[in-house]
Amino acid sequence: MNLSFAFIDWNVISNFILKGFLFSIQLTLVAMVGGIAIGTLVALMRLSGKKWLVWPATIYVDGLRSIPLVMVILWFFLLIPLLIGRPLGAELSAMITFTVFEAAYYSEIMRAGIQSVPKGQVSAGYAVGMTYAQCMRFIVLPQAFRNMLPVLLTQTIILFQDTSLVYAVGAYDLLKGFEVAGKNFNRPVEMYLLAAVTYFVICFSLSMLVRKLQQKIAIIR
Amino acid sequence: MSWDWQVFFQDTGSGQTYFRWMMSAWGWTLLVSGLSLVVALAVGSLMGIFRTTPVKALVWIGNAWTELFRNIPLLVQIFLWYHVIPSIWKPLQGVPDLFAVVIALGFFTSARISEQVKAGIQALPRGQRYAGLAMGLTLPQTYRFVLLPMAFRIVIPPLTSESMNIVKNSSVAFAVSITELTFFAMQAQEETSRGVEIYLAVTFLYFISAFAVNRVAKVIEKRVQVPGMIGGGK
Repeated sequence: MNLSFAFIDWNVISNFILKGFLFSIQLTLVAMVGGIAIGTLVALMRLSGKKWLVWPATIYVDGLRSIPLVMVILWFFLLIPLLIGRPLGAELSAMITFTVFEAAYYSEIMRAGIQSVPKGQVSAGYAVGMTYAQCMRFIVLPQAFRNMLPVLLTQTIILFQDTSLVYAVGAYDLLKGFEVAGKNFNRPVEMYLLAAVTYFVICFSLSMLVRKLQQKIAIIR
Repeated sequence: MSWDWQVFFQDTGSGQTYFRWMMSAWGWTLLVSGLSLVVALAVGSLMGIFRTTPVKALVWIGNAWTELFRNIPLLVQIFLWYHVIPSIWKPLQGVPDLFAVVIALGFFTSARISEQVKAGIQALPRGQRYAGLAMGLTLPQTYRFVLLPMAFRIVIPPLTSESMNIVKNSSVAFAVSITELTFFAMQAQEETSRGVEIYLAVTFLYFISAFAVNRVAKVIEKRVQVPGMIGGGK
């Protein structure tokens, strides 16, 4: 079979692919910001040493991490309408799902980051009269965040790849854009190939940037 | 909302119950995971080893392989092996769908395993390699008898979590209509509208599959311990 990319012009890109691309980016950013925020809270709960906080946090993290993401997407798509009494749409449902799901993974990263800060610094914070919240806010979290920045970003690249799984509920993401264009022009093979190239170029360049950043941070420390 | 677990004893319309269907779907999940794991371990180890050799060309191949299969989403890779490659390379047209999924999931995971194996080999003291070569072993012999036996023991824990990931990732096979657990969940949910019961059962089966993999890996880890060495007993 001969591959032909001649049908692709700006209209195809802007009508089909760009729309999906923007959603994928939006989903990634929402899940990253929300996931890191919730993840940090969950990590603090797990490290709090109080049983009634540690337990729910542990169940949350370990539970989500042992279920396939596709199943989590399906679960939320099924449960959210049952809970709020009306359908929410695949796109919005995916945003909630990814935020909740990624929080479990980000929280493990933040936990490692918080543990990488020497204990003496917390004691020092208390010694100068800081409260727990102040200690975390001004001493521990800034350092934890910085130490873990490359890992957080790597996880975000994985998150970006995983957004393609919204396929399960039919949300219109980057991959879907390629697929719909392929169906419309009866050129599915070319479009799947282009999808792979696009994802590769994006993820590969991002991971190169993260590697650069890692070296930079490593030098400063 | 009320529970209705009877749904599993309903007939699917083709002479079997949903329970029977779910069990066969579980079988497919385990089959896909098992075959992919074999592919991933074989290819991943090879690429990981390549990346630690002194041969520039091999290092390049190993690096390129890892970057290529790590930076494309699994679902897209499955579509590549299912739609794109058979239409470019004719001999692959007749092979079963299972093949596409196993190759895709296997190669996807091999990129991760190659990272672990590389790290495992690099974790060994450099002197071990030199000692092997100085004794007159060839490079392959040095790997076979000196480096790999210890490196593989080091990487058992990360390989365990990769194996559990394979079970979870096999769920993506639903996209090319392999009748594994996730595909069953979607279909049965649609046919019966008892989504909660069906998803619960399927989620539970994923749990025990991953847990079983974890246990088996722990047994292997115990079995191959070298006394007095990293992670070894007394």
